[in-house]
Amino acid sequence: MASGQERILRRRIRSIDATKKITRAMELIAASRIVRAQARVRAARPYSDKVTAVIANLASAGGEADHPLLREPAEVTKVAYVAIAADRGLCGGYNNNVLRATERAIAADAAEGRDYELVLSGRKALGYFRFRGYRIAAGFEGFSDQPSYADAQQVAAAATELFENGCQRVMLAYTQFHSMGNQSVAIVPFMPLDSGEFDDDDAEGSAGGPEGGYEFEPEPAVILERLLPRYAEARLYSALLESSASEHAARQRAMKAATDNAEELKTNLTRIMNRARQDAITTEIMEIVGGAEALSQTAGGEVDLLSDTIEARTADLFRARE
Amino acid sequence: MQVELVSPEAVLFSGECSQVVTRTVDGDIAFLDHHASFIGALDIGQTQLWASDGIVTLALNRGFVEVSNNVVTILSDAAYAADEIDVAAAQADLEAAQAAVAADDDDDDAKAALAWAQTRIAVAGAS
Repeated sequence: MASGQERILRRRIRSIDATKKITRAMELIAASRIVRAQARVRAARPYSDKVTAVIANLASAGGEADHPLLREPAEVTKVAYVAIAADRGLCGGYNNNVLRATERAIAADAAEGRDYELVLSGRKALGYFRFRGYRIAAGFEGFSDQPSYADAQQVAAAATELFENGCQRVMLAYTQFHSMGNQSVAIVPFMPLDSGEFDDDDAEGSAGGPEGGYEFEPEPAVILERLLPRYAEARLYSALLESSASEHAARQRAMKAATDNAEELKTNLTRIMNRARQDAITTEIMEIVGGAEALSQTAGGEVDLLSDTIEARTADLFRARE
Repeated sequence: MQVELVSPEAVLFSGECSQVVTRTVDGDIAFLDHHASFIGALDIGQTQLWASDGIVTLALNRGFVEVSNNVVTILSDAAYAADEIDVAAAQADLEAAQAAVAADDDDDDAKAALAWAQTRIAVAGAS
């Protein structure tokens, strides 16, 4: 009997169906989270825009910037990387893309004789670099879904500490969120801060610029001293938020693909199962007909009775299959 | 004048105000309409906004203020209105900070924590 094969197929289809339900649920959850993550990216923009504008105003008002965070290093012997990945997998290439890019950048630095330090955000980032035996200066996890500003402050503090202790440059590796269907890995300089960003006279926030000189309280240098770390935190925060939005988008895509694949697999297996069932029925009918043929040859004559029996048995067979 | 209170996570307040009182590291300062352009670093303390529907009092944990073109922008990591303050938590912070200051007179972090707890309690009690 071929019904054994049929049962195995039926069991596989049921299991695929259960998996499909899970991936479908994850897809929907991720989709709803992208929207929220995007809203958070937008909500964080006014602050960083305004901090940038204030720094620009400070700079243009003569607060001549000679802060360690703005000083270009003469020679770079050690680079710190802040890599932002996810806490969870099941999001396609999201984690691997950003982590591989970071690893490549470290290798490129090593080729030029520069040492590295690593500040990692996300459980997957920690796992990746720990498994490969990298030295990890600081690791953070547990907030890739929904990073808060306090989380960004922690990561920024770790990066600042490295910057102040031996690293001449800090790079930020994360996934930029351009749109729902377009995200890309970016490795951008993080520290020292790019003073070019503050030179822009049309900086947002203070429309038209000040109509006179600014008054400062306290000294511009003191304000700058306090403001620059905030700027670094705000930038890191927006990188965390963009990464989180990208993570949800990547997960949504991956789970959609998984759901589609499950659907296709189910269709194929159902087809195979039906064929197997049909084969089994055909084989049984052939056996019955063959048996009847043999009987009629030995007994002879009573053909009517025999064909009745065949019909009855075939009908039974189909009823049992339903 | 237009007043914007912005935290890293959201715009907390945006609207017309007739007067703003806040505390820079050098002392209290008030802004009226058409104040001269100004940039200041804020200390831990209370900030009051004279909005059209009444005075809003907030506890601010440091930040910055920028005034230009009749727009006052306040940037702060932490700003809470009276009804957002967890008084019990602030009270607990106050006691912990008092103990820390008593133990080490030069602990600036503990002093800041103390001032922050006191500010929160004062703002919560004022309403």
